[in-house]
Amino acid sequence: MLMPEPDRATIARRDEIVAALRVIVPDGVIDRAEGMRVYESDGLTAYRQLPLVVVLPGTTQQVADVLRWCGRNGVKVVPRGAGTSLSGGALPLADGVLLGMARFNRVLEIDADNRCAVVQPGVTNLGISQAVAHLGFYYAPDPSSQIACTIGGNVAENSGGVHCLKYGLTTNNVLGVEMVTIDGEVVRLGGRHLDSAGYDLLGIVVGSEGLLGVVTEVTVRILPKPSTARAVLIGFPTSEAAGDCVAAIIAAGIIPGGMEMMDRLAIHAAEDFVHAGYPRDVEALLIVELDGPAAEVDHLIERVAEIARERGSVTLRVSESEAERLAFWAGRKAAFPAVGRISPDYYCMDGTIPRHRLPLVLSRMREMEAQYGLRVANVFHAGDGNLHPLILYDANRPGELERAEAFGSDILRLCVEVGGVLTGEHGVGVEKRDLMGTMFDENDLAHQQRLKCAFDPDGLLNPGKVFPTLHRCAELGRLHVSGGKLPFPDLPRF
Amino acid sequence: MLLRPEDPARLAEMVAGALADGTPLELVGGGTKRGLGRPMQAAATLDLSGLAGIQLYEPAELVMAAGAGTPLAAIEAELAANGQMLAFEPPDYGPLYGGPAGRQTIGGVFATNLAGPRRIKAGAARDHFLGTGAVSGRGEAFKAGGRVVKNVTGYDLCKLLAGSHGTLAVLHSVTFKVLPAPEKARTVLVFGLDPATAAAAMAAALGSPHEVASAAHLPPGIAARSAVDFVRGAGAAVTAVRVEGPGPSVAVRCTALRELLGAHGAVEELHSSRSARFWAEVRDVAGLLPDPATALWRLSVAPMDGHRVAAEVGRALPAELLFDWAGGLVWLAVPAEGDAGAAIVRGAVAGVGGHATLVRAPEALRAAVPPFQPQAPGVAALSARVKAGFDPRGILNPGRMAPDL
Repeated sequence: MLMPEPDRATIARRDEIVAALRVIVPDGVIDRAEGMRVYESDGLTAYRQLPLVVVLPGTTQQVADVLRWCGRNGVKVVPRGAGTSLSGGALPLADGVLLGMARFNRVLEIDADNRCAVVQPGVTNLGISQAVAHLGFYYAPDPSSQIACTIGGNVAENSGGVHCLKYGLTTNNVLGVEMVTIDGEVVRLGGRHLDSAGYDLLGIVVGSEGLLGVVTEVTVRILPKPSTARAVLIGFPTSEAAGDCVAAIIAAGIIPGGMEMMDRLAIHAAEDFVHAGYPRDVEALLIVELDGPAAEVDHLIERVAEIARERGSVTLRVSESEAERLAFWAGRKAAFPAVGRISPDYYCMDGTIPRHRLPLVLSRMREMEAQYGLRVANVFHAGDGNLHPLILYDANRPGELERAEAFGSDILRLCVEVGGVLTGEHGVGVEKRDLMGTMFDENDLAHQQRLKCAFDPDGLLNPGKVFPTLHRCAELGRLHVSGGKLPFPDLPRF
Repeated sequence: MLLRPEDPARLAEMVAGALADGTPLELVGGGTKRGLGRPMQAAATLDLSGLAGIQLYEPAELVMAAGAGTPLAAIEAELAANGQMLAFEPPDYGPLYGGPAGRQTIGGVFATNLAGPRRIKAGAARDHFLGTGAVSGRGEAFKAGGRVVKNVTGYDLCKLLAGSHGTLAVLHSVTFKVLPAPEKARTVLVFGLDPATAAAAMAAALGSPHEVASAAHLPPGIAARSAVDFVRGAGAAVTAVRVEGPGPSVAVRCTALRELLGAHGAVEELHSSRSARFWAEVRDVAGLLPDPATALWRLSVAPMDGHRVAAEVGRALPAELLFDWAGGLVWLAVPAEGDAGAAIVRGAVAGVGGHATLVRAPEALRAAVPPFQPQAPGVAALSARVKAGFDPRGILNPGRMAPDL
């Protein structure tokens, strides 16, 4: 993956840039290599780059001053939350300022009556749920990195999680943001009310991967904690049968709180690691969790069990206690580190497919395993068709990383080919940037980039991410008008 | 002049032609909401009713795709036949503008991003809009999003297009999330609350784990117009809380909510068809605020601010009102005179945060008073640049949302 060629002139001005940032944030500039080292990569650790300089503002005013200065001086800016991105969204640039938002770590207000909380972007995802737990509330989106990832990063990436089939992604749970644009302007989008008075700019800022502005405050919707949650652990002899079961549950009108699938390799890795009591002699394991009022959960769990039996399940356990429910999840939640134990490195993919294409996609993946000589363990948000194939490789073996990446790209192309998309919840970042053309044509991408031009005409915010080619905004703005005269002049007039 | 494309390629040609000539186009689906927004002078009408038909429906995948001109009624009938629904409960404003019911198209629903009483639980149209094929004001066809429910590939252009009232692009096909219809629905009614107490009661219900899907409050005079006997005959204000789900669950939760809300006043319960009729009239409004001569405001504020804003407006203006979204959506019917109370209404909303839309008023009034809440300067500037990117010559519904949009 190539990043844009660093601008030598900017690098030559480094001392001047550092000095200017020190004036704005006197106690928050890191310019020594050993201090910047922790920022050199995010969750996509295969890519590393020291930034030009790191700045850690503590107030919205400082963010505005930093962005205004960088905007006026043509200096690139890469925003960063906790750095857990799996797509390289926070990968620094050699000629760019890394803007860390870690100091924005306060919960500003909890408004139980209006069912929302106002927090700074550096608060962790789990931190929000913890802050409102004493009132019986929680924040629904729960990416697996929730103990570390920040809500600001969740807004940038439109993060999902296990519960998003029922409760939605970040975009469905954010009511408002305060955001600073590259010219240092502070704007408020949304608030505690619903829907937008004009264009839904909040809706495009969520998931914009740090390319449109830097969020300095977030208002999230909080929900009453369900009174009960129970899970069913179901083993199937084939992944087809498991897939049929998922479809049948939804066709029966049931939307579970979570519905996860693991394949044999993932099941074994997880069982060896945490001893969750998973059956070893099945090809696919489903965890179906129902949450809500006790009467509903007890009613639906029976129906799910019934459907599973009809679809040929070979093992089935219903959690009878909270401890048992957590044990069912322990294996799934530890699936990534469990796979980490059986392979020196793994590469986590994130495509979404129409669910009924799962058997085809899995069998094509088996063929690719042979072709690339690498193994894949599959964990799958089965309810919404979001695949997380984990490609096992060893970075110390020459060529294996490249092979793993090529394999991953083939998987994502396959997802698009069967009607799916490149990324369900991890974002495009640098990782999937060059695959955007498999899903979108030039016109599609140009319309997306025109949005970028409205916010950041000089392309200074997080360049090199999301878009495979950097078109100049002037070029994108040019109109190609041909002909003239409306077609069909003979059409009726009134 | 009337343009009526029958396929996306024809649509793109027509928009490109209008661009070349600088001909402003008014986009029309079912034409039910032409009274919403600023009056426009468009030289041509772009009638999208020819781009109709369900293109894809996979109930087990929770997804449907249809031509933008497909009547909503056809879509809802197909979904109902499969036990599914559009969870955001699109309202039908046809009668509110003096037209017939049941004429709107699915494209119009997404272009206006409206939602009914289930908004507080299930989200608005925007939250179910997965993908689209469209032609921008540049005369260029493009697509956005996809057909799967979980997708973060690139900017979420569907969010931008939802609620853009046809000022950025012409939608020709839309792909959206559908959900199972609840097996049972019931509504708990509480009688005789004032708006402030009602707001507190609704907050208590929504803050409980009983999964409330909707909450509305009708002052006595409004409740008396209900088509539902228990509501009409109450002789008092009616606060209503809706519960949906599997039968046994609904029964248990209703009992719990009756207990929770019983402290505030006498309670009653509406079962299936009465419950459905009640929420349909709250959704469509026209039956409850029926005087066609009044100007209608629709306010979106934080739920606990609704009654405060309403009280402030009520002190200055003769207004009839109705609360949905647990108090966060306030409908006001005021005399269609002067500025239709704009200074007072928008002043009250500015005090708490939110927005006020003048949904219905005579054309001259909508030309003088901005129907959509004017934006803060920074946001307005961004919006104008977005418009310039998508529709640089301003040929799509020009001026409908604001003079420059």
